[in-house]
Amino acid sequence: MDRSLICIICPRGCALHVSGEGDALTVTGNACPKGGQYAVDECTHPTRTVTSIVRVANREDTMVSVKTAAPIPKEHIFDVMQKIRAAEVNAPIEAGTVILADLFGTDVIATKTIR
Amino acid sequence: MITHDIVVVGGGPAGMAAAVAAYDAGVTDVVILDREDSVGGILRQCIHNGFGLHKLGRELTGPEYADVYRAEVEKRGIKVYLETTVTAVTPDRVVTARNREGILKIKAGAVVLAMGCRERSRGALNISGTRPAGVYSAGTAQKLINCEGYMVGRRVVILGSGDIGLIMARRMSFEGAKVEAVLEIMPYSGGLTRNIVQCLEDYDIPLYLSTTVAEIHGRERVTGVTIAEVDERRQVKEETKRYIPCDTVLLSCGLIPENELTRAAGIPIDPVTSGALVDENRETAVPGIFACGNVLQVHDLVDYVSDEAEIAGLGAADFVKGVGPAGNTVETKAGHGVRYVLPQRVHTDKGADVALFMRVTEPFGRVRFTVKSGDAVLATAVRLKAAPGEMEKIVVKNEKLAAATAPITVSLEVL
Repeated sequence: MDRSLICIICPRGCALHVSGEGDALTVTGNACPKGGQYAVDECTHPTRTVTSIVRVANREDTMVSVKTAAPIPKEHIFDVMQKIRAAEVNAPIEAGTVILADLFGTDVIATKTIR
Repeated sequence: MITHDIVVVGGGPAGMAAAVAAYDAGVTDVVILDREDSVGGILRQCIHNGFGLHKLGRELTGPEYADVYRAEVEKRGIKVYLETTVTAVTPDRVVTARNREGILKIKAGAVVLAMGCRERSRGALNISGTRPAGVYSAGTAQKLINCEGYMVGRRVVILGSGDIGLIMARRMSFEGAKVEAVLEIMPYSGGLTRNIVQCLEDYDIPLYLSTTVAEIHGRERVTGVTIAEVDERRQVKEETKRYIPCDTVLLSCGLIPENELTRAAGIPIDPVTSGALVDENRETAVPGIFACGNVLQVHDLVDYVSDEAEIAGLGAADFVKGVGPAGNTVETKAGHGVRYVLPQRVHTDKGADVALFMRVTEPFGRVRFTVKSGDAVLATAVRLKAAPGEMEKIVVKNEKLAAATAPITVSLEVL
């Protein structure tokens, strides 16, 4: 492997380079260990945190913002979005409440409190 | 008229952090005025993650970051006037506001301005063509989708590659829209590199640099745009014009600090930052009136807004306690390769290190920044790269600052 990528872990945006094969990947250009881990993950099983909104059924024009509690496999982003779009909740909701449980190894949780 | 020690105008991330910092410095009679129905400002609609890594050491979404500060405000019992719009601030620190109950007049010991910014509109951009529905500023579309649940369109062209435009390209894709392209009139993007990667490249959305919208088409609703490349004077190259069908145009073409109150108070404004001229405590040229956050300079990261607001909050607390800086000041100036330096003046007897914040004029590779006063070098810093979209910070040590008598200039050299 001989791949260049930009780290998305923090706004610094380090230019990373990955070489090697299989379990023996070498990362250069990372300013921190998180960047090294990101590069390896991105080349083996890329993941992303998905953020979106869910309609609050019992409030007019109100949405609650949500996120996956942990990053999910990148190829399943649109599967998760489909489930999120179909969901509805009722207020009151506390930030952190599980909205959809057990999707691709994590939960979709509220990121806003609707009183 | 009622009195309060400190009045904070705006309850976004800057206003909340300033209020908390002032309270913790011992000035507990602090109030926040905000025109919305809850605190949090623009963070309420920024539902994406990536906030707080620097300041809080964890990655949060916008609403979660706002909630951290809301909890701190509530814990201290800091009074927040919601749905209360400030209409005037006078140089002698009388703040006038209106809400459902009527007119509120507050005599403040110190005022912290934290009104944030607004987006540059189509009118300000002079885009030719018709005036159909479907043209939104990116932030307006963000609010409609994320807070109110209205999808604004299905086939989108985004003008401007600032962070809001990039974030909205991903957001529209998530909701099933097709983003045809993101256009940037400059030869480089103003957004963070990580956002170009995770918002455009992840979803195969093309970014066209040195390209703009030459004309918007459609009678009732947008039917398409004519795009074109521009030359180095940003003039459209006729031969490059081409048509892209779309039903929606999002504009992400820069943020303008909302300084109407500041100007009306007679506070001098820096023509480059469009924010007030301030000292290292973020005190404006009018004593006792401070400014912080996006109303002072447009930031890339909310983490740095919180840092700046804490400086202003502490400055306001010092002013109320009568222990503010009183000695000589020197001006700061932007030298070669630097667009602006903030603060624009610094007390040399501050008795503490002072951080200077700046932006460069264009993208550079490896550079060395040099901070000089006359012939004396006060600080240097080497960076692997520098871009206008990423604010730089250089700390000048107390003992170096104390010796400065001539204006302080920050310049860079390419290594």
